[in-house]
Amino acid sequence: MKLYVPMDSAAVALGADDVAAAIRAEADKRGVALTLVRNGSRGMVWLEPLVEIETDAGRLAFGPMDPADVPALFDDAAAHPKALGLTDKLPWMARQTRLTFARVGLTDPLSLDDYQAHGGLNGLKRALTMTPAQVVQDVTASGLRGRGGAGFPTGIKWKTVLDARAAQKYIVCNADEGDSATFADRMLMEGDPLTLIEGMVIAGIAVGATRGYVYTRSEYPVAIDQKRQAIAVARAAGVLGARVLGSDHAFDMEVRVGAGAYVCGEETSLLNSLEGKRGVVRAKPPLPALEGFLGQPTVVNNVISLASVPVILDKGAAFYQDFGLGRSRGTMALQLAGNVRRGGLFEAAFGLTLGEIVNDIGGGTATGRPVKAVQVGGPLGAWFPPALFDTPFTYEDFAAKDGLIGHAGLTVADDSLDMLAMARFAMEFCAIESCGKCTPCRIGAVRGVETLDRVAAGDASALPLLTDLCTTMKAGSLCALGGFTPYPVMSAVTHFPDDFARAREAAE
Amino acid sequence: MSATPSLGTAQEQTLHEILEAHRGMEGALLPILHAVQAAFGHVPEAALPVIAQDQAISRAEAHGVMSFYHDFRSEPAGRTVLKLCRAEACQSVGADALADHARGKLGIDWHETTANGAVTLEPVFCLGLCACGPAAMVNGKLVGRADAAKLDAILDEVR
Repeated sequence: MKLYVPMDSAAVALGADDVAAAIRAEADKRGVALTLVRNGSRGMVWLEPLVEIETDAGRLAFGPMDPADVPALFDDAAAHPKALGLTDKLPWMARQTRLTFARVGLTDPLSLDDYQAHGGLNGLKRALTMTPAQVVQDVTASGLRGRGGAGFPTGIKWKTVLDARAAQKYIVCNADEGDSATFADRMLMEGDPLTLIEGMVIAGIAVGATRGYVYTRSEYPVAIDQKRQAIAVARAAGVLGARVLGSDHAFDMEVRVGAGAYVCGEETSLLNSLEGKRGVVRAKPPLPALEGFLGQPTVVNNVISLASVPVILDKGAAFYQDFGLGRSRGTMALQLAGNVRRGGLFEAAFGLTLGEIVNDIGGGTATGRPVKAVQVGGPLGAWFPPALFDTPFTYEDFAAKDGLIGHAGLTVADDSLDMLAMARFAMEFCAIESCGKCTPCRIGAVRGVETLDRVAAGDASALPLLTDLCTTMKAGSLCALGGFTPYPVMSAVTHFPDDFARAREAAE
Repeated sequence: MSATPSLGTAQEQTLHEILEAHRGMEGALLPILHAVQAAFGHVPEAALPVIAQDQAISRAEAHGVMSFYHDFRSEPAGRTVLKLCRAEACQSVGADALADHARGKLGIDWHETTANGAVTLEPVFCLGLCACGPAAMVNGKLVGRADAAKLDAILDEVR
């Protein structure tokens, strides 16, 4: 009997380890020969822990499972009260276009054989037959843009590093996924860590870099452990090392762990941290592509950007470019979070509307109350009201509505959420996490909290001041922390004026 | 100026082993500080001058790095470290009320340790469990859909 129980952090946080232990105990008791694979999550977090049984027809899903539900799995599984049917036929799975997350949840994350049986290493093998310039050209033609949030064309960044002359170049993977509502990087590093390794090796070959670093968060212990094990697997098999897959290319990498500073998700701050310094933002120029880690040319790419490279090299730029809308090409790993009925990861081509994502895919709120607002793109993203639910999910369409898609995390909230409190939280968070280098962020965020407290106390003169402050922070901050904190604040003010007027009415 | 605190012989030995293990590493300071905190439970003030000298940086720079990052503590934590997520996704499913409950039950605020040294309460901004919040971490173990009952069970066990 072959069963799958995810080792993904979300599944474990909901009791997957206990379920796995119960399965082992039950199999022992019954004398059943058991193969238990700890896979990644399929992304249906509301059904975790999701157990799957392999059958000739495909994998049968059961969830959300509790240890008490385990014995019945060994009887008539089809009649199990938690039986959901074939995993691939579940609407959530069937509606997706899984390119970057094709293997997550499907394979044993640390098995290179399983990885290759599902198309792994095909991209790298093809890259090894091409010139570096051809690889860069493929990535450029695919239309892939930075999935961390900035949306900068990945191929252009790679070209800059390729053209730079230096004795040592680096590939740095930004896995400092600190935005609330985002967990795609974590899920990929836990569920298919070999894909990220393959993407980084291809990047190294493309730009002439021989060393790579994955900078991730101390809040992600499972991902760190999984990544380190996967690197050891890749090294033992010659995917990493002095001769990548027997070629003349050398590439090796390691995992580095941050220390709880949100701002280190900003690439220059990350590079300082990686060098062992305070995670203070650097002014640009110089671009990291020319003077990055230790002053050398460095590709800094998000996990999902790098993990999308293998499929692009495998299937071709045109294949990837074919998905999407406008200038937003390919797929995006949407992360539905917060007060949402069906929360999890849903990979789809760009272009779904916000309403389709929140209502059709997410099923509205978990509490069943009306959706009040959706914050798109993490703590620095704007709050969208249902009136803007017709906005298509692309970089440009969200920018046109004074928002951003960021790393594609969506926090759904019901009508009990107080938007004034959320605006204050955004400023408070910025004040806690500011690196302190530039004044608009360091001082502005503190003043922002104070000004919002005045608004809350009914001071009508405080709102214009807040608007003015936000303009200064947006225009004058060095990086996106101070520069984008005005998005959640001003979107709350603009779209939910009642929440800001209530105190004033009470005062009057 | 107060006297510089010193490490015991055993601690000094451990520190030198840590520094030796990181020799030649690019950007070794954060890995060193993580290793020191893992070994000692905090980063002792007396360790900083030794680390600074090893890394050829000033004591002020070493202190500057250590104090920049939320993770590194200058004092030991309680026997159990309870981290509660305060970020937006968890707030939308009641993280604030849960935090109030925890603070009330423990009688401490954020970053504080109970008088008996049992529990330290820390805020955390995102554990990546945003589709199953409120999220918590208890001595490294993840808890999803945390509520008052789950929290009470955990705290009753460790107090």
